[in-house]
Amino acid sequence: MPKPMDQMTWQEIEPGGIITEPGNAACYHTGTWRSQRPKYDEEKCIRCWRCFIMCPDAAISPDYGNNVFAWNFDYCKGCGICAYECPADAITMEEEGE
Amino acid sequence: MGKKVGIEVSIAAAEAVGLCDVDVVAAYPITPQTHVVEHLSELVAQGELDAEFVPVESEHSAMSVCCGSAAAGARTFTATASQGLALMAEIVFIASSMRLPMVMFLSNRALSAPLSIWNDHSDAMMVRDCGWIQVFCENGQEVYDAIFHAFRVAEDPGVQLPVMINVDGFTLTHVIEPIEFWSKDMVKKYLPPFKPVHRLYPDKVVSMGAFGMPEIYAEQKKAHDHALWNSMPVILEAWDELADVTGRKYSPVELYKTEGAETLILAMGSICETASLAVDSMREEGKKVGLVRLRLWRPLPVEGLRKALAGAKDVVVLDRAISPGSANAPVTSEIRALMYHEPDRPKIHCMIAGLGGRDVTGDDVTRIVETALADTTYDYHIYGVRG
Repeated sequence: MPKPMDQMTWQEIEPGGIITEPGNAACYHTGTWRSQRPKYDEEKCIRCWRCFIMCPDAAISPDYGNNVFAWNFDYCKGCGICAYECPADAITMEEEGE
Repeated sequence: MGKKVGIEVSIAAAEAVGLCDVDVVAAYPITPQTHVVEHLSELVAQGELDAEFVPVESEHSAMSVCCGSAAAGARTFTATASQGLALMAEIVFIASSMRLPMVMFLSNRALSAPLSIWNDHSDAMMVRDCGWIQVFCENGQEVYDAIFHAFRVAEDPGVQLPVMINVDGFTLTHVIEPIEFWSKDMVKKYLPPFKPVHRLYPDKVVSMGAFGMPEIYAEQKKAHDHALWNSMPVILEAWDELADVTGRKYSPVELYKTEGAETLILAMGSICETASLAVDSMREEGKKVGLVRLRLWRPLPVEGLRKALAGAKDVVVLDRAISPGSANAPVTSEIRALMYHEPDRPKIHCMIAGLGGRDVTGDDVTRIVETALADTTYDYHIYGVRG
């Protein structure tokens, strides 16, 4: 993984800001933008995978061992699409920090 | 040694681009650039040049095609003028910031309004800070030679920057001059094949044009500025080697009869030939006047200019563009700034002349110098303006 961009000097930047190593967007934790957090109720969840499909940031992934879905809060921006799309009301949005 | 041909400068420039075996030409016609791309389109249509000629629907698209083409690793050329450059401007800045090598022939023309097809430098000054290497040519031979030099510098792995060749519209683009052509062997010796450092090709995946957060934007700008300054030794070396090939030696700052001169005229472009005639006649009258010709506008040859201007009592800058509401005009502004901390700085006069194609003769240059020297306000003046 390359250096985080807030530590990179101008000498270390590739000409034209070209990105030569794929996937380094993962260095940037967009989850810090979040003001609301999804709360998941595995009892209500019908395992339809709709939240997984609809998440615009691939922040939801299946946990096969426990047969549930898990949120990666490094990248979940709290957009609420998963809660809006859930047909079983298994996801609700709560204020961050409450 | 190549053969000498009597030819229109635009056509000669297009022939030079053809000799460079360009891969992609994307351009939209605009006066006074048309003859350059018309001739390139003919060369491609007649099968004399194996290149992709992209007849785009606007200059914005022309520069966008050029960026894609350079990113893919193709040798890329475009030409425009004035309003065309204005429409391109958004992508012009992107080309240099993304370090995409290409060559642009800019036939300098006044910006509207009022609508003008004639020559001044307002289009070039509009994109002064675009981060390209910017060269101003004085005559047809220089324009022709500049094409080979531009491709060589732009594509140098240590440079990777676009080059803009400024050619005064009509006064240079449309004149017929005796031009010594390069042979294919000369080009082969001088211009190596384009080998991009990075390119869009599946053998090695890269992303170009990524978003720049506040944490990285300033660092990328600093890197671009550094790259432009760093191009200076490559530009000089390429001019030295051009002298080996052609016998013609170019430099960023050129001096004409400056020895013992108390007054120096400083200018860029084709007006310098006129100014050199004025210097001749003023010298004959015993006036201590010389000419400093600035060929390389970006990166600015700061030390060369300081050296050239040191010792003069007065410097008369012939600016070919107006910067409304500012302290002076674009070229004067640079010259005043770089001389400000010098212990023996000359008085620097700002004379704006030849706007929108207004003719500037040798006698005019003499009168411009007289007017400047008589002025004690050190304000800027538009020479010859009525009222």
